[in-house]
Amino acid sequence: MHNMIQKIAISSAMVLSIFACSDNNNTPANETYRFSVQIINMTNAQPLSPPVAMLHDKNFNFWRIGEPASLALETLAEGGSGSDLLALQPGNPQFEATEAVPAGEDVEFILQTSDAEQLYLSVASMLINTNDAFSGVNSIELDSLTEGQTRVYDTYAYDAGTEFNSELPGTLPGPADGGEGFNEDRDDVTSVVTLHGGVVSADDSFNESTLSAADKFDNPTLRIIVTAL
Amino acid sequence: MKKTLLALAISTVSITCASAQDLTINFTNLTHGSHFTPLLFGAHSADQHLFQIATNASDSLQAMAEGGSISALVDDLTALNADVISNPPPGGPTEPGQTVTFDLTTQALNTHLSMTAMILPSNDGFVGLDALAIPTTVGTYTYYLNAYDAGTEANDEVFAGMAGGTPGAAGFPADPLGRQGANATGVSNTENNATVHIHRGVIGDADPMGGASDIDSRIHRWLNPVARLVIEVK
Repeated sequence: MHNMIQKIAISSAMVLSIFACSDNNNTPANETYRFSVQIINMTNAQPLSPPVAMLHDKNFNFWRIGEPASLALETLAEGGSGSDLLALQPGNPQFEATEAVPAGEDVEFILQTSDAEQLYLSVASMLINTNDAFSGVNSIELDSLTEGQTRVYDTYAYDAGTEFNSELPGTLPGPADGGEGFNEDRDDVTSVVTLHGGVVSADDSFNESTLSAADKFDNPTLRIIVTAL
Repeated sequence: MKKTLLALAISTVSITCASAQDLTINFTNLTHGSHFTPLLFGAHSADQHLFQIATNASDSLQAMAEGGSISALVDDLTALNADVISNPPPGGPTEPGQTVTFDLTTQALNTHLSMTAMILPSNDGFVGLDALAIPTTVGTYTYYLNAYDAGTEANDEVFAGMAGGTPGAAGFPADPLGRQGANATGVSNTENNATVHIHRGVIGDADPMGGASDIDSRIHRWLNPVARLVIEVK
């Protein structure tokens, strides 16, 4: 993991140096950048809400660790709908799955852009048998990917910091409960985005929990495979 | 003999290409419900350590891991001629999601970086980094850090107030969130592995007035990693 991150850091530095030279070159004005994106649910039994994905510039983020979740991220993390996240940049290349992704299954799609500034990818999806857990990648740079090259990202589970992890019946939208999704109240002990501590479940001495051992998860949660076409 | 030593020193320098470095460090608490006691960072030579996996904790490390006290570790690092950053502003405890940023200038021979901070609430859990080779090429480097158990205290998860922070005393000393319970009967009274190891995580329970643990399983559990370290090499 460390090595991979180091390599990414180094390769992005290399890309910057190429960019610095590109003013003097005649780059094709109508070049299209195409990426295939595969999202694999690596959890034991946490269904993913329909994943959303977007290409954007380097200044945009779905979330920032340590900052309060946007209303759009809260909507995804508590209720599973990512439409509001995509609506933050409505003109950008984007994808929204039409159905949930069960554990062990995947969804694959293509995103493309002709804007060399829009080579950053974000992906988000809720772990729907939780109060406000989600996973994905946030603003990963793709401009150093060369055609045919593939990168693999194993993702962490995040806590949106918008809903207390009560695990009580009626508070989780997934099939383990069928309870409430989005609620505008913010009652978490930590009110900013962090990593998630995992769920407890009734099988782990929290008798009131609506979750079972099957709903437990650990990092990493998703595998996201990006290939430049 | 003196000449030999000098030659050895010179060859070491040339092999590692060591030179003084200017670094900016961003350290983020990634947990959702755990605080970190005052942070300690030290740049030191390659063969020095604040802790090592599968090795007994030093008394200095135990004082940090059980009570958050870093003064003995600071003394150790100072004696090693390390470059030390102790409790950088705004000062501990570091909240869930909080990022602490500071500059660190290293001397030529201090090529490796270590850090520690106790995790609250826990008996002897800490976030750590053991002798990372500091990158020498200009760039930004990201690392994710795990939670360790110092192996010096049984994880009974009983709230003991400030007394719990004394090395060798049972119990944990504090939860800065104020969500510790009371009257716990204790999760465990044995320390299976008396060497530094990856922390198995706190157990907790959802009963604030009883149960086995005074830690709240819904609030204080964590999954690795527990911290993010970003090093900017200038």
